[in-house]
Amino acid sequence: MSTASVYVPRDSLIHRLGAARKLLFLAGVAAASALVREPWQVGVLLGLALALYAVARLPGRTALAQVRPVLWLLVALGVFQWLVDGWARAVVVVGVLLALVLLAALVSLTTRTSDIVDVVVRLCGPLRRWGVEPERVGLLVALGIRSVPVVVELARQVRDAQRARGLTASPVAFAVPLVVRSLRHADRLGEALVARGVED
Amino acid sequence: MPVIELDHVSHAFAEGVGSRLVVDDVTLTLTEQRIGVIGANGSGKSTFARMLNALVIPTTGKVRVDGLDTASEARAVRRRVGFCFTDPDAQIVMPTVAEDIAFGLRRRRLAPAEVAARVDAALGSYGLDAHRDHPAHLLSGGQKQLLALASVLVTEPDLVVMDEPTTLLDLANTERIRTVVRGLAQQVVLVTHDLDLVDDFDRVIVFHEGRLAFDGSPGTAVAHYRALVR
Ligand SMILES: Nc1ncnc2c1ncn2[C@@H]1O[C@H](COP(=O)(O)OP(=O)(O)OP(=O)(O)O)[C@@H](O)[C@H]1O
Ligand SMILES: [Mg+2]
Repeated sequence: MSTASVYVPRDSLIHRLGAARKLLFLAGVAAASALVREPWQVGVLLGLALALYAVARLPGRTALAQVRPVLWLLVALGVFQWLVDGWARAVVVVGVLLALVLLAALVSLTTRTSDIVDVVVRLCGPLRRWGVEPERVGLLVALGIRSVPVVVELARQVRDAQRARGLTASPVAFAVPLVVRSLRHADRLGEALVARGVED
Repeated sequence: MPVIELDHVSHAFAEGVGSRLVVDDVTLTLTEQRIGVIGANGSGKSTFARMLNALVIPTTGKVRVDGLDTASEARAVRRRVGFCFTDPDAQIVMPTVAEDIAFGLRRRRLAPAEVAARVDAALGSYGLDAHRDHPAHLLSGGQKQLLALASVLVTEPDLVVMDEPTTLLDLANTERIRTVVRGLAQQVVLVTHDLDLVDDFDRVIVFHEGRLAFDGSPGTAVAHYRALVR
């Protein structure tokens, strides 16, 4: 399966929970995580995150896949914190981030995008007075979520094309075609949106 | 059937300081149900197809669909005309199959129950039932094209324009698209390089260097196209 966090249909309590509550819970945990100071508290937080995966009937494999994209970042951050502030601080910083990544991914794994979009649209409702169109913001969110796997796939294609031509990894030789392809995709997507009745 | 009218339509794309004429004085009236469009690469087929959905507004001349001018009534035209692109990846805008089908309906502000019923019906008729909540990007190429088509058809357009819908597909999936197209009650304008796909169409037009080179039955149109290449 892919690493991108996309909705995985299951019959679970967490799946049935409203999107608004899940997002609120996520925001609450994120705010509370600023108070975490001790390694044991991190343990509780991570335990909670993993327990929620179990409640959502998602295997540990799925939880692991959510973390993989940020793994090296976390390792680097951990080493840095360890050298600067000692191991306890490193455990707290890395552990909290890990738990938040897991919980955020859990929300997208258990919530249909359209439900998240509905919440966004509702939240943006009061902004209508200042000229914000809630439906448009919602569409933006949906497109953002939809674009993640597309860009991942484009990146894979660029890497394969380079390998096939025997080019070694160079950040510029990778970034330029990826940006060009992404822009072309955005262009075609824009056209498709117009064709499907979204006027700009 | 809607009536498609092109009245001395030309289109030039800006190119550097000048411009290039890619559709050259086309006048046509299309009333048949199934209309095929064939011709060489760069002959103007896609530009023509895009005009029918007001994605391209001609630089001169008028395009009318069911009496609606695409230049001044683009919104109304797009509500009647569905458009299916070659690459389904670019037109699937929502993350999962059912959500993408629902997308066009939600924009029409239909009641949620009505949306759900129509989505269910569409999933069933295009064999996507088992994939309802699947991420759209994990479907096969053929399934993606079926999804793109289903998402267009669910909004019940009067005219469906397809620009090379089978180019990226294998034989089996091409057959599925052909079957879907055959079963459509709507008017269809289909651009293709797969000449077999239009062999039972009511009318086939051939583009050549931006001009309408031939207009008639599938058999004679294909023969004419072959003669142009020789
Ligand atoms: N957006 C654009 N800007 C500039 N030139 C364009 C644009 N779109 C198409 N053209 C040019 O217009 C001409 C006709 O293009 P069009 O896409 O209509 O051809 P086509 O018959 O669909 O070809 P194909 O069979 O390759 O799809 C081509 O020369 C093309 O380069
Ligand atoms: Mg084309």
